[in-house]
Amino acid sequence: MINNMPMIAVGALFVIGLYGVLFKRNIIKIAIAVSVVESSTNLFLIVLGYRTGGSIPVYTLAGDFKKMVLPTPQALTLTAIVIGLATTALLLALIMLLYKHYETLDVYEIRRLRG
Amino acid sequence: MKGPRIIYLIFFVVFVGILCQGLYDIHPFGEPREPAMDDYFIANAQSERAANNVVTSIVFDYRGFDTLGEAAVLFTAVMSVAALFRKEE
Amino acid sequence: MKPLSIVVRTICNIFAWFVAIFGAYVIIHGHLSPGGGFQGGAIVATFIALLLVAHGGKRFFEWVKMDIFTAFEGLGLITFVGIGFLGLSTTFLYNFLALKGGLFGSPVTIGPNAGILNSSGTIALANMAVGLEVVGGLSTIIIFMFLGMRYVMEGGKEGSEDDK
Repeated sequence: MINNMPMIAVGALFVIGLYGVLFKRNIIKIAIAVSVVESSTNLFLIVLGYRTGGSIPVYTLAGDFKKMVLPTPQALTLTAIVIGLATTALLLALIMLLYKHYETLDVYEIRRLRG
Repeated sequence: MKGPRIIYLIFFVVFVGILCQGLYDIHPFGEPREPAMDDYFIANAQSERAANNVVTSIVFDYRGFDTLGEAAVLFTAVMSVAALFRKEE
Repeated sequence: MKPLSIVVRTICNIFAWFVAIFGAYVIIHGHLSPGGGFQGGAIVATFIALLLVAHGGKRFFEWVKMDIFTAFEGLGLITFVGIGFLGLSTTFLYNFLALKGGLFGSPVTIGPNAGILNSSGTIALANMAVGLEVVGGLSTIIIFMFLGMRYVMEGGKEGSEDDK
């Protein structure tokens, strides 16, 4: 079980983020927890493509190498990070407008005052 | 007030257990299952595309269409933020 | 927002240009060392954010207008699509400049080597286009959120009268 430590880290990050989304009342804590869930997904993609004893997949920096780490999951993670940034920016802009209209940050209060 | 939240917490713990079992059963850490495509990329990226960085040649040349879609997503998000903050006249 | 103290402003005046040059280095050498368009663009956007935080809002808007960053972003996306359409004789986004001997077209020795700058074809041009777009995009987001925060906190009034 000590060999699978990166997988345990991915699971722990996902569970902490999911608990924050489901059981918290402040809306800024919910936004931070969504960012934590996205970080755990990117880490999972990179951990999937590791070879024991491999080197960095760049020919300028790898000296004498026997085998390289898989480069495709790293290319997919770049796209996922940028999309996570777009989601977080829109979420924070909507929170700013919500605070200007309702003047509170509690999710239960916002659901009660309709309109 | 704590009635329905106890049931939500129990279902959450069951979901966490299934997630951990699923994460444990993927291939052991360090031996990927199907590395055939990546072995082709590593062996032929320097002679075909003349770039030292294999990851950049995958992002911009072998799979350049995904990068076009991602640039469009970034542009749309910036325009949405600009549209939310306009002044009413 | 008010500008910060004299110590912070002096350090920002010295070190901001090193950050900008480092970001340009990471963008241009994208096909030789780890990095590329997206990472280098984020570093140059950090340079804009540093200037905005250290010098305050009133003096920052005397230096740059906001329309230049929106122009950067649109220019970057149009250049990327144009590079894709130029190689349409074979397929969309075909690398028509690699290994031909003209601009960005030298071959690379197989195996570990030091790296030649004008080696890969359209990969270097696409790096610069995407870097320009990310700089414009992230700077636009930061400036709009700064103006919106001032608009929200003062209840809808425009203008600020607390800077020097």
